Amino acid sequence: MIRFDNIRLGYGNRTLIENLSATIKRGALTALVGRNGTGKSTLLRAIAQLGDVLSGEILLDGHPLQELTPSAMASMVAFVTTDKVRIANLRCRDVVALGRAPYTNWIGRMQEQDKAIVEQALASVGMSDYADKTMDRMSDGECQRIMIARALAQQTPIILLDEPTAFLDMPNRYELCTLLRRLAHEEQKCILFSTHELDIALSLCDAVALIAPPELHILPTDEMVRSGHIERLFTTGIVEFDPQTRTVSVKEK
Amino acid sequence: MRSRSHILFILLTALVVVLFAADMMVGSVGISAKEVLAALMGGGDPVTRKIVIDIRLIKAIVAILAGAALAVSGLQMQTLFRNPLAGPYVLGVSSGASLGVALFILGAPLLGIGGSAWLSTVGVAGAAWIGAAAILAVVAAVSQRIKDIMVILILGMMASSGVSAIVQILQYMSNEEALKSFVIWTMGSLGDVTTSQLALVAPAIIAGLIISISVIKSLNLLLLGESYARTMGLNIRRTRSLILLSTTLLAGTVTAFCGPIGFIGLAIPHVARILFRDADHRTLLPAAALTGAVSLLICDIISKILVLPVNTITALLGIPIVIWVVIRNKSIV
Repeated sequence: MIRFDNIRLGYGNRTLIENLSATIKRGALTALVGRNGTGKSTLLRAIAQLGDVLSGEILLDGHPLQELTPSAMASMVAFVTTDKVRIANLRCRDVVALGRAPYTNWIGRMQEQDKAIVEQALASVGMSDYADKTMDRMSDGECQRIMIARALAQQTPIILLDEPTAFLDMPNRYELCTLLRRLAHEEQKCILFSTHELDIALSLCDAVALIAPPELHILPTDEMVRSGHIERLFTTGIVEFDPQTRTVSVKEK
Repeated sequence: MRSRSHILFILLTALVVVLFAADMMVGSVGISAKEVLAALMGGGDPVTRKIVIDIRLIKAIVAILAGAALAVSGLQMQTLFRNPLAGPYVLGVSSGASLGVALFILGAPLLGIGGSAWLSTVGVAGAAWIGAAAILAVVAAVSQRIKDIMVILILGMMASSGVSAIVQILQYMSNEEALKSFVIWTMGSLGDVTTSQLALVAPAIIAGLIISISVIKSLNLLLLGESYARTMGLNIRRTRSLILLSTTLLAGTVTAFCGPIGFIGLAIPHVARILFRDADHRTLLPAAALTGAVSLLICDIISKILVLPVNTITALLGIPIVIWVVIRNKSIV
């Protein structure tokens, strides 16, 4: 569970989000949507302690973020970034095994239990057959799955993903989000991911966090559709959002 | 899968032993294996014994240490900067060490600081470490902000050029004696290290290697990039300091006492990757160290047979590997 307590987010003199007090539940898949440059990545990075909030407090399962050490954070939050990992000779299994780093000794020796967790993580993203392939020979969708398996191997209650569906084709996007939804429900994880795919957010996610600068609204998906926030944010001179069909379409002239 | 690495480790270790022996036999006078063995046992002809123990044994030990040191420092820099073309020579770390040494050798007489052999040994090492650390700190600070590989490489080249300009000014201002000792240093070779210097070189390099072993897990995490590494509990500031400290000790010490040796640090980690087909530093780090030792022993043997400076041999053997890396990674440019 992630709780925001009166957060102000931004950088320098620029405020992106303010007066944010809300909760993101566990056992649910939450999509973070908003226009470009409104602070989606900044918010995710702040939750992962990779960036700072300007004021306010973020609590992870009741623990204030600034009281958590890097190693405590590592067993609390796993992050899938937009960084591409395409290293020659680096096998998929080794990438997933790195997720065990918070639990292994100084040189990273894997115990039987760690190995079992890695295999299980590979299986749950459907990549067991790819375990011995190297990362430079995989498609974008396969790489993304491996990075999610790595996050699963980290065994954290919270998983954050920054635009995991970017670069993926349409079937892959839906498959990936269905996978995230299943993980959230079956393993009672709190999964928050940023995305530009409004249709995916509205069809597969339990809740939607929407950034309408300088506010962030978090509502269950159905309530979000009825709230009118989406129309206000995504209706421009060219496109409009229809809450009935939950789709964005080009305005007819 | 791992048996390949086991076989390679055994082969490389055997190769180090064989080349180590060969390196002691080859030189201006050929000495047979039997005579080398006798000399090492403290017997045989006293002149031969002197050549074997005082010159060739030390030189072979230095070749192993320097080869391992340069290769490991290159490997660490390639992972830390996420740049396949990083290496102590390319990024100007060797130049930084040279500047330090130049300032010490040429500057000390200008300031009237003379002294014992011991003082000059420690002074040269200290100056090289400071110079190497200064350049590394600049490169690390810049690469924090600029992720472009080419920009970092160009900055390294500029740093090298800037350093050689400063060194030339120092040479211009120096007296004959200081100038001569500096020019001799720049032509430096593995054979210039004396027994008393080895007492400083060996511990410094071993300390650098021990630090690099202590950051193996961190280096593996850094493969995924800094953000991933941090979310997996890596203390990035501590890790960065340890890697830079280790690189300074390794590359700085070698440059201080053997002169600038190019291409080992850049090329050998790639050779280790090709041989071992692995990205895990638990394998790569010892692999690079052994491959580095083997390579520098080979370069030393060739340089003795052809009577050429060892720097020229490392360059001629290293350049094709570097070109291959550039072509294979053409997407990075």
